[in-house]
Amino acid sequence: MSVITLNIMIELKSIYKSFEEKKVLNDVNCIFESGKTNLIIGRSGSGKTVLMNCIVGLMAPDSGVILYDNENFLSMNKKEVISLRRHMGMLFQSSALFDSMTVLENVMFPLDMFSNESYKERKKRAEFCLDRVNLSDAAQKYPGELSGGMQKRAAIARAISMKPKYLFCDEPNSGLDPKTSLVIDQLIYEITKENNMTTVVNTHDMNSVMGIGENILFLYHGQREWVGSKDEIMESSNQRLNDFIFASDFSKKLREANE
Amino acid sequence: MFIINWLVAFGKYIEMLGRVFQRPERLRIFFKRYYNEVYQLGIDSIGIVLLISLFIGAVICIQFKMNIQSTWMPSWVPGYATREIMLLEFSSSIMCLILSGKVGSNIASELGAMRVTQQIDALEIMGVNSANYLILPKIVALVSIMPVLVTFSVAAGIIGAYCTVYIGHIGTVRELTVGMQYSFNQWFFWMGVIKAMFFAFLIATISSYYGYNVKGGSIEVGKASTNAVVTGSVLILVSDTFLTQLLS
Repeated sequence: MSVITLNIMIELKSIYKSFEEKKVLNDVNCIFESGKTNLIIGRSGSGKTVLMNCIVGLMAPDSGVILYDNENFLSMNKKEVISLRRHMGMLFQSSALFDSMTVLENVMFPLDMFSNESYKERKKRAEFCLDRVNLSDAAQKYPGELSGGMQKRAAIARAISMKPKYLFCDEPNSGLDPKTSLVIDQLIYEITKENNMTTVVNTHDMNSVMGIGENILFLYHGQREWVGSKDEIMESSNQRLNDFIFASDFSKKLREANE
Repeated sequence: MFIINWLVAFGKYIEMLGRVFQRPERLRIFFKRYYNEVYQLGIDSIGIVLLISLFIGAVICIQFKMNIQSTWMPSWVPGYATREIMLLEFSSSIMCLILSGKVGSNIASELGAMRVTQQIDALEIMGVNSANYLILPKIVALVSIMPVLVTFSVAAGIIGAYCTVYIGHIGTVRELTVGMQYSFNQWFFWMGVIKAMFFAFLIATISSYYGYNVKGGSIEVGKASTNAVVTGSVLILVSDTFLTQLLS
């Protein structure tokens, strides 16, 4: 008999969230494994961003349990939350780079705040992160001088500068062309594997789903509708999932061609 | 309903101050930000303070000399009145009302823009106390630079009054100097400084409160900026009444 062991890093149990009368999350249960790119997918307004905000603590769920390595995030005290957050990196939809700092200063910022290393070592680490995302040439530029894709890469460099255990990406491909989106997806995937991080990506980009979706949670009206991998998604008989995946004419034709 | 909203806002304001007044994570970074804020909020305001104070000093002197004439009024009164008005009210209260517009809208719009572009969320996710990191240097910088601005304002007002004599020839230097030196009470200067420092605290905290708690987009940032200036100005006027009586 084979024993399957899951490398669980983040676990959600019965997450509920409402805004006044509107239920946004309704009994969401899910496991995000380490060393994998975990995707949360769903239509706009399905509760993806609210769920991610609950996971990272920018919003408190009405009820439920969020476990980070079996530690309940929601019952942690302020010190424990701050300590856990030092292991988190986040890529925001708008990149959220600090306008008044150069790209290098942005990447160095978490190190300046929390690392006890010397300036030389901190700078070396920041330069390594920028090199990792192929942005060494833009180190002295300000965020306003960068393209959307470059801003995302700079934000990834900042997110990984502290070698986080958990990486959260909220709509990393929004506003990017398909080719740049692929670059960002590939970067997220490679960094996850290199550092054995637990990566959670919030997206409705089907290219991302088919490219890096190792563990996918499909939300429908705030409820967990389907969970599986990118290999399983094509064979799923779930009507709501299929309606979402094959919403475009192109994907419909592609599916018909495959059949 | 209005009272409940006001109480809720006041509670949030106090809660924010509780987060602001904590020991900074890195003192080195705090001082770096402090110097930047001193420059941005204080040094950058010296120009407008000097300009307005210079002309107001001149206008007060002209008004007293030309329009409040009486055979019973001694010739040194314009100098005396200019000095007292500058020291007691203009360089503290009125200058802070002007700064509430310039500095208050600057702080509220900066923090509001950071909120809507998720830069404040990014700080929180990193484990940084965003209120302490962003707001404390602004408060300390504005409060600590205020005595300098008050001094500059008083000096500019007095120079303005002398300009009316030298350029406008509306009196003599001797008359003005006698008035300026007549019955000088040093406490009036310190009263102006204390009031201005209190108003600086109000400007920095109220505009930070509105900017930090913005929800929505650019329209809300604009509204926050307006609310910060209006609320700051009203509170300066109200507290000026009490402070003046308390310190007199």
